[in-house]
Amino acid sequence: MSEIKKFMYVNRRAPYGTIYAWESLEVVLIGAAFEQDVSMAFIDDGVYQLIKGQDTTGLEMKNFSPTYAALGDYEVTKIYIEKESLEERGLTLDDLQHLTWEDEDEDWAEKDSIQLISRAEMVKVFADQDVFFNF
Amino acid sequence: MLHIVNKSPYDRNSLDTAVSYKADGDIFLLIEDGVYAAMKSGAAASKLDGCSVSVLGADIAARGIAEDKLIDGVSVIDYAGFVDLVEANEKVQSWL
Repeated sequence: MSEIKKFMYVNRRAPYGTIYAWESLEVVLIGAAFEQDVSMAFIDDGVYQLIKGQDTTGLEMKNFSPTYAALGDYEVTKIYIEKESLEERGLTLDDLQHLTWEDEDEDWAEKDSIQLISRAEMVKVFADQDVFFNF
Repeated sequence: MLHIVNKSPYDRNSLDTAVSYKADGDIFLLIEDGVYAAMKSGAAASKLDGCSVSVLGADIAARGIAEDKLIDGVSVIDYAGFVDLVEANEKVQSWL
């Protein structure tokens, strides 16, 4: 019953224009609470979700972007950003939030959660997963 | 004619189609996910070459896009400016 599966959440939508990004984040946090092995991939317009400095006051919508910083506390520590998607949009890692987690086994050392990988590398990451949730 | 585009140029072809229907004097207003097209470093920026472009300020702010990231010459407007554009143009097309 307690077999741990590898869950991959694939995010390929921009925030705010549709509800996908926010819904994905909510489901990720719920899944993490059930002690599954959770990874997130940001490809296509999904990379826009992590741009820092989002301010939604003019839209009267909740700015959910600070919530990504909490993922590390939920042991969501594998966040893959696709290099090709980032570059096509003229973005670099410096434009994105710096997400970290604290490693209990190494005296709570702070480590980067984000891994910038190519599409070819993403294919390999996907091959290693058990279940996919696409948003 | 005012052309309003609210979809990301990397997700839909709405902007391509809207621009292909451009006539003299037309204006393009980018709102919601449409604003990503106005980022000068993006591959889609060139689609707007030669176009008169406005973006909704609330939508770029929500998405973390600073004004200095926009293509040179793009106007940042507020909701009142949106109304002014609709009023100033006899015809409006919203390319969903």
